[in-house]
Amino acid sequence: MIGIEVGWGTTLAIKTAVVLGIVPLTALILGYVFLLKMMSHMQSRLGPMDPGGFHGWYQLIGDGIKFLQKEDIMPGEADRRVFALAPAIVVLSTFLVFVVIPAGPRIRVASLDSVKMFDGVGVFYALAVSSLSVIGVLMAGWASSNKYALLGALRAAAQLIAYELPLVLAVVGVVIQAGTMSLQGIVNFQQTGSLFGWSGIGFPLILTQFVGFALFMVAAQAELTQPPFDMPVAESELVAGYMVEYTGFRFLFFFIGEFGTAFAFAALAATLFLGGWSVPWVHGTAADFLGPLVLFAKVMFVAFLMFWARFTYPRFREDQLQAIAWKWLIPIALANILLTGVLKVAF
Amino acid sequence: MIAENVAFGIIAAAMALGALGVVRTKNVVHAALYLVVVLAGGAAQFILLGQEFVAWVQVLVYIGAVIVLFLFGIMLTRAPMHPKDSLDNDLRWPAAVTALFLVGILVGLLVHTFHADKIHLNGPVRTADITNDIFTTYIIPFEVVGVLLLGALIGAVVLARKD
Repeated sequence: MIGIEVGWGTTLAIKTAVVLGIVPLTALILGYVFLLKMMSHMQSRLGPMDPGGFHGWYQLIGDGIKFLQKEDIMPGEADRRVFALAPAIVVLSTFLVFVVIPAGPRIRVASLDSVKMFDGVGVFYALAVSSLSVIGVLMAGWASSNKYALLGALRAAAQLIAYELPLVLAVVGVVIQAGTMSLQGIVNFQQTGSLFGWSGIGFPLILTQFVGFALFMVAAQAELTQPPFDMPVAESELVAGYMVEYTGFRFLFFFIGEFGTAFAFAALAATLFLGGWSVPWVHGTAADFLGPLVLFAKVMFVAFLMFWARFTYPRFREDQLQAIAWKWLIPIALANILLTGVLKVAF
Repeated sequence: MIAENVAFGIIAAAMALGALGVVRTKNVVHAALYLVVVLAGGAAQFILLGQEFVAWVQVLVYIGAVIVLFLFGIMLTRAPMHPKDSLDNDLRWPAAVTALFLVGILVGLLVHTFHADKIHLNGPVRTADITNDIFTTYIIPFEVVGVLLLGALIGAVVLARKD
């Protein structure tokens, strides 16, 4: 792009460093802006607003230092290898989702998310690798050798399987309308589209796929096991579910996994329904520089909606949780797919 | 093609080790986790063949759902923390003979069917091509599988009902 020739090894090293840096950073940004500040304002929590003067800016740094100096405790009965591997798998799943999200016309993974001939599988890949985290959660719950942890893991597995279906089905409407599974292709469709011949704001798919957007947001909330869908961690009944035996750095892994995945799902929602990195009247190199910032702004907006719900509603019951997924979200998603398909053929 | 062959060898070795782990471990949860390695290796082999869509279906369906159901079932019933000797038995020699017999049949069948045919890869296979095949050439098997799954679903509901 700028004209510096580098070998594939160097390129790989740079890309790895960028991803390794960006994912924890996004998790920290969401944790700081929403968990510490927005939640404190909405729920009148004074603690996180106190340290360091202005709005408690020092709180996150203090938390980080605290996590790093905690002792790494492993239960005596724990299955050591599985216990140690579990947080890594949860974080791996988060990292793999990040890989495919396009941040500009050329800031993307071209081989995985090819726009040529509409043969990229970007969005399908993202949904597939996001489902890997369940394995890590089950491993953590089982290897802890703890009843609360096991119950939490079982609840998590039941919940994540149930909500994976509406999550995937909600995206199908977008894929039908854009005619491609490539995330970059979907962004291009939204950027170059027009509303009844007026191309001022492109064609953000939320206009026609609002049902899909709503389903995606609800299902993503459940996939993240955030309130009101936080039965797997339910701190008042299961202590912290599958995370109960984890301390220090290993716990931090779960934290990064949770908030990093929140960012990744918000980025997927922004890309699929809000036009991703695109600004309708910006093209070429300018879009490469502006794209990541635009994407970040949209992600923060979507994440705001997610965390707003998180801090507002109380926890569902387990049977209510399953009923919402199987009796409401999935039928609505199927009806949405049918309607979208019919309208796509009709127009 | 050298790189593909090397990658195939490495992945195949990992899959074979994973498969050995599945049958050799005395801890049923470990067996399910070893199976993840085998299935992930299968997905990687599909990518080597340029079948991106099939590979991610493998990840989504087998690793993300089937293995999770295995683990879920194991943990819902017993969730043993420690290895159990009852998972092993004394039939090693008969098992080895059966395994060799199976390998012989499979190798014979594959050689007989394909001889020295080679697959020519021209980059990734388009998802649209796969769907075109499924909904034209293979539409009847596809529908039959659909009916079979529906039957299994209704059967499960009937078995699970209390009244």
